[in-house]
Amino acid sequence: MELQSIWFFLWGLLWAIFFMTDGYDFGIGTLYPILGKNEEDKRVMINAIGPLWDGNQVWLITAGGVTFAAFPIVYAVMFSSLYTALMLILFALIIRGVSFEFRGKIDNPRWIKIWDTCIFVGSFLPALLFGVAFANIFKGIPIDENGIFQGNVLALFNPYGLLGGVLFVMLFVQHGAIWLTIKSDGDLHENAMRISRKTWPILLSVAVIFLVYTKFATNLYDNYLANPVLLLVVLLTVAGLLGSRIFMAKQEFFKAWFSSALTIVGTIFFGVIGLFPNLFPSSLDPAYSLTAFNASSSPLTLKIMLVVVVIFVPVILAYQIWAYNLFKTKVNKQEMTY
Amino acid sequence: MDALFLSRLQFAATTMFHFLFVPLTLGLSIMVAWMETRYVKTGDETYLKMTKFWGKLFLINFAVGVVTGITLEFQFGTNWSIYSAYVGDIFGSLLAIEATAAFFLESTFIGVWIFGWNKLSKKAHAGVAWLIAFGSNLSAVWILIANAWMQSPVGFTIRDGRAELVDFVAVITQKFAIVKFIHTVTAAYVLTAFFVMGISAYHLLKKQHIEFFTRSFRAGLTFGLVSSLVVFILGDLNGVVVAEKQPTKLAAMESQWETQTRAPLYLFSWPDEKNERNAIEIGAIPGALSFLTKHDINAEVRGLKDFPPDERPPVFITSFAFKGMVGLGCVFILLTVVGWFKRNKLLENPKYLKIMMYSIPLPYLAVQLGWLLTEIGRQPWIVYGLIRTSDAVSPISTSQVAISLIGFIVVYSLLGIAGFSLIAKYAIKGPDSDDSEEDIQPGAALDTSAA
Repeated sequence: MELQSIWFFLWGLLWAIFFMTDGYDFGIGTLYPILGKNEEDKRVMINAIGPLWDGNQVWLITAGGVTFAAFPIVYAVMFSSLYTALMLILFALIIRGVSFEFRGKIDNPRWIKIWDTCIFVGSFLPALLFGVAFANIFKGIPIDENGIFQGNVLALFNPYGLLGGVLFVMLFVQHGAIWLTIKSDGDLHENAMRISRKTWPILLSVAVIFLVYTKFATNLYDNYLANPVLLLVVLLTVAGLLGSRIFMAKQEFFKAWFSSALTIVGTIFFGVIGLFPNLFPSSLDPAYSLTAFNASSSPLTLKIMLVVVVIFVPVILAYQIWAYNLFKTKVNKQEMTY
Repeated sequence: MDALFLSRLQFAATTMFHFLFVPLTLGLSIMVAWMETRYVKTGDETYLKMTKFWGKLFLINFAVGVVTGITLEFQFGTNWSIYSAYVGDIFGSLLAIEATAAFFLESTFIGVWIFGWNKLSKKAHAGVAWLIAFGSNLSAVWILIANAWMQSPVGFTIRDGRAELVDFVAVITQKFAIVKFIHTVTAAYVLTAFFVMGISAYHLLKKQHIEFFTRSFRAGLTFGLVSSLVVFILGDLNGVVVAEKQPTKLAAMESQWETQTRAPLYLFSWPDEKNERNAIEIGAIPGALSFLTKHDINAEVRGLKDFPPDERPPVFITSFAFKGMVGLGCVFILLTVVGWFKRNKLLENPKYLKIMMYSIPLPYLAVQLGWLLTEIGRQPWIVYGLIRTSDAVSPISTSQVAISLIGFIVVYSLLGIAGFSLIAKYAIKGPDSDDSEEDIQPGAALDTSAA
């Protein structure tokens, strides 16, 4: 496989890991107003993601950085054409990030209320907007031959884009509810389990509608028709989706979480494989699309970055798995930090 | 007002705001790791309290630093897409390496450190503190290599209208990058030292937690004395590489209009950009500028008139940022040297303590001036000699940038107020009180009224 193709899939992998990890943080933040019925529950929810969210978020920085390094033209066109959407995501991530640290620092109901709102908005909005952005990329973005955005920001909120947003929110809500089930006990544990059970059919329906709508809104299936064995990815994703429900019913929560993680990774790869070799397709003319081959860095940069990634990503995964292992136990209510 | 102007304003505002928090992260991570190590080695509970107290301030500061850092990575693409496409091969790689090799370390272990007090052995927990310090300082290495490349591009060739990497080693080992790194991180350590000394001075003046804050002050003093000397020496070396690689910046910094040998250094000068001369020049030291820039009093120094007007940076702001920074650098050396002689009788020197308390903002000002000099002095280039800032902006509408800029102003103002008031609140509150320490006076120490 050429370097550019390897990088194309590494690019997809980094985004997939970001959504797999920070996804449950977004999910718990989205569920925060619903499940955080009292101060103790709220604090358990924050402490359930407290030790890990920061490390999870770096996968986004890395996905962005790698786009910049390996596909500079894609980075340039993607970030400038999605300007407003990305700025909204950015502001959301900013207020979410400081909320955890700031919230408990002043014992005043109004102060706490501000950060409670920030936790919800800062989690729900990125989940929705990332979904909208990716669905629009699947569909194609109105960029001209110079990579200049020829549309209106509001046009991103077309039905398919919105459906993508809802799909991401539901995926992360499911993922977050399962993580919270693992990390909590008592009423909160029961409530998280109930939310997971109740939202699962919604997730399933949204996923099915998305798969069908994708046939009409995008060209993603072309690659699958040319190479039907790739449909295994869809199969794995569906297996993950079913698995999360079955394992939740059996109260095997870690297995449920891994199944849900598989669903998220599968969903991203479903899109990435369908896109190949397009990274940022133009809806105006396929000739304007940015691909792994016409928008990449020089071979030397790709080689150096490959060495960097091959060395460091396994190391990062090793210490992050170690950290996850350290914090997989239930939140101890006597020792809550935030 | 166009997208270019607003994008420049937005980049300046968001970067300078980010750099209000970065230096303390770089330095305090090291000091906290050192305190925790002392605790593990000696078992002395005061060191544990110091770790927790300074650690709490570190974490509040860290939170704002991290979230405002994401903005920078996004912004190259959103506002400077032409630049990004042009330099992604090199500049993008450095940012990506920063994330994978350094930022992950810092961000993963910060969670472990905050939540791991009862899950790790004392030794392992202190080790985690060192990993955070190492990770954050390693981040600075890569970011400063990237910035150094914008100042002095090396190891590339232009192909198909883009800068392509040809020599990675040249990029990461150029002298400009090494000097810049040491100068910048030691400046961050000076800021940290003054932060620690200033807060300690506040409590020592109130005669509370005396043992705790004497120890903290003296740790800060040693750190600050060494760092302020190193930052000054490296600043001098920095001047030499700037003279070599960026003659226009050097000429602007010194408001040197004419090319001359044995160029004098003026203690004070007031540039008059319109008439291409200095309106006021006081205190010429013959040959001093030649000596500072080339380490030879007879060397030729090129003046601004040697360059076409459209290749000169704004002289006024560049020269005053430079002079302000250098002046403050001298003040830091003076204050830490004086402190060194008073280190054993701090309580008997309330005047000195008061000066140190009010000096906390000075290094903040100095590092901001340093970046103003670096970035404005590079203009009109975004990459020196290669691509102009005016050619690098994204094809985006003015209204988009105007709205995001307003958003940043609002959000960052609130964030800054919240962040600094929390730091002040917990700094004033002092270490958590329990019964083990004699000199805690709950009434005075636990005054939690917001600062």
